Amino acid sequence: MGKTLYQKVWEAHTVGKLPDGRTQLFIATHYVHEVTSPQAFAMLRESGLPVLHPERTFATVDHIIPTDDQHEPFADRRAQKMISALRTNCRETGIRFFDLPSGQQGIVHMIGPELGISQPGMTIACGDSHTATHGAMGAIAMGIGSTQVRDVLATQSLSLSPLKVRQVRVEGQLRPGVTAKDVALHIIGKLGAQGGLGYAYEFAGSVVQQMDMDGRLTLCNLAIEGAARCGYVNPDETTFAYLRGRPYAPQGADWDAAVKRWKSFASDADAVYDDIVRIDATDIEPTITWGTSPDMSVGISATLPELSHAENDEQKRAWQAAYEYMKFAPGEKMKGKKVDVVFIGSCTNGRMQDFRAVAALLRGRHVAAGVRALAVPGSQMTAKMCEKEGIADIFRTAGFEWRLPGCSMCLAMNPDKLTGDELCASTSNRNFKGRQGSPTGRTLLMSPLMAAATAITGCVSDPREVFINTQL
Amino acid sequence: MPVTLHPITIITGKAVPVPGANMDTDRIIPARFLKCVTFDELDGKMFYDERFNADGTSKNHPIDALQHAGAVIIIGGENFGYGSSREHAPQAIKRSGIRAVVAESFAEIFFGNSSGIGLPCVCASAADLESINENLAKHPEAEWTLNLESMQLSNGEKDYPVHMPEGPRNAFLRGRWDSVTELLEAREAVQKKAASLPCPRTMR
Repeated sequence: MGKTLYQKVWEAHTVGKLPDGRTQLFIATHYVHEVTSPQAFAMLRESGLPVLHPERTFATVDHIIPTDDQHEPFADRRAQKMISALRTNCRETGIRFFDLPSGQQGIVHMIGPELGISQPGMTIACGDSHTATHGAMGAIAMGIGSTQVRDVLATQSLSLSPLKVRQVRVEGQLRPGVTAKDVALHIIGKLGAQGGLGYAYEFAGSVVQQMDMDGRLTLCNLAIEGAARCGYVNPDETTFAYLRGRPYAPQGADWDAAVKRWKSFASDADAVYDDIVRIDATDIEPTITWGTSPDMSVGISATLPELSHAENDEQKRAWQAAYEYMKFAPGEKMKGKKVDVVFIGSCTNGRMQDFRAVAALLRGRHVAAGVRALAVPGSQMTAKMCEKEGIADIFRTAGFEWRLPGCSMCLAMNPDKLTGDELCASTSNRNFKGRQGSPTGRTLLMSPLMAAATAITGCVSDPREVFINTQL
Repeated sequence: MPVTLHPITIITGKAVPVPGANMDTDRIIPARFLKCVTFDELDGKMFYDERFNADGTSKNHPIDALQHAGAVIIIGGENFGYGSSREHAPQAIKRSGIRAVVAESFAEIFFGNSSGIGLPCVCASAADLESINENLAKHPEAEWTLNLESMQLSNGEKDYPVHMPEGPRNAFLRGRWDSVTELLEAREAVQKKAASLPCPRTMR
């Protein structure tokens, strides 16, 4: 009987069984950032424990970093305290910190793959739920809390129980204007925000095989929004081509050996899954959320669901509360809703391919009057490449504020926030109440293509209509 | 030597409902409260924006109702703790005096975080939760007992079965819920693993 990648990686990293029945799992690569690590370092200090393998932990600063002016000290003294604490903690423990002057700083889920640190067959952990992103490299990658960050720092391992594995097969051909983001939102909408509880998702099928790495990273990033703690894609030639030549990827003779080893982790053809879900690519439209959970979504041409269509009372209550908060009503269309802010960026859609795709559409066009549009590259490396390719200038000319790398408006831990009940077209990952910094702010999750179309017209738009003469 | 903490077996006290599916971590603790290098300031901040308007006036959430004052058990819904990995969420709950959460299901990361800091999360069926909530509405000041040995939640009149995976349950009962103590014991096996598995390093 064949095995899944999840099973193979799990077995390769199992240290042993713990007395309580859980597994002690070795963590090959660990990332830390300024928000969830200081408490862990403090716990280490309190108990007098050293960092066991500092060479396996990498640090960056992303959540609290301002994206307009990064000169220190930051205006926000709490933010300054957090970055300073990380500097001290890394210096004292010998952890590599991709600090602001490094040229390699960025959102942790951007730089891990970009630097080639996240590799196939690894177990990867970070105190951030979107660690699922790194699964796109063919790894088991998961978010953990600060006490577990302490566990990894002190023991390079975690106490865990294995997840079940659900294969999500997306078959067929995506229609023009449909991106990895739409695929992810479609899957979450179909399976529910709680649908992945207890599962790791293996994304497979012809659509995923054909998807570039940036798309796969977007897809795995959103596994957690469907409640799957891990998402992954089996490593293949696309993965290897992406990794080749990156700063932390194996080189020379080591490269061939590494590829051979990486291939061995891919799920066997006769692997047995706990569940299989099939998605028809042609069913997927450019997709947008209308509510306060990422599973409250519709295709751009559909109408918002009637309360009577809710599966149960619980869902009905949730929809009702979401309609009230969002100030929308059943039967309405999302298309045409006037937005105040457009945000392109985050660990979900702040990558090269996202900016390339949007730049190709922005030439000769301009952000609508009254719309505040932010474009925030996810890392310094991406920002540099965007400058080099002329992409940054296209965004600036089109009326976007082109910002410095960071998490920005995804989560309201830096100055980029909504005010009042502003409506924001956002390429980020969560539309929770208050997520973007105003307790009454409203978030519409969508792809970079739809965000671009929306920025230009000033209201929620179908990219296939706005860019009718452009190949999407 | 591993430290044995106090076993967690029986939790007794008032309960408070925090209903709704997908109670996300941004609602449990809004991001602005994450701007700290310790968890010390989280006391009283749980569900802040669910409980208070922007001007600080109360939204009359059950948590702030007199009858539920001093509650130690939260009664939640499906996929409780959905979203972010921020341990600030269970920390805010624990530091606000809550000692256990009962819900239909829990988000994985939230569950793991809670277990590691000694905050048991147990599941009850949707039907039982409905009955518990009805009971709670009728007798908001009633005393409830959560017993991790018998795996029951009881109000003295009715016993509801609750569930938790064996691993964390054993850890609570044995006072070994802080996982680092046990992880440290296998130091040699970890070193062996480390030597056998590639570590990403740069040549440049």
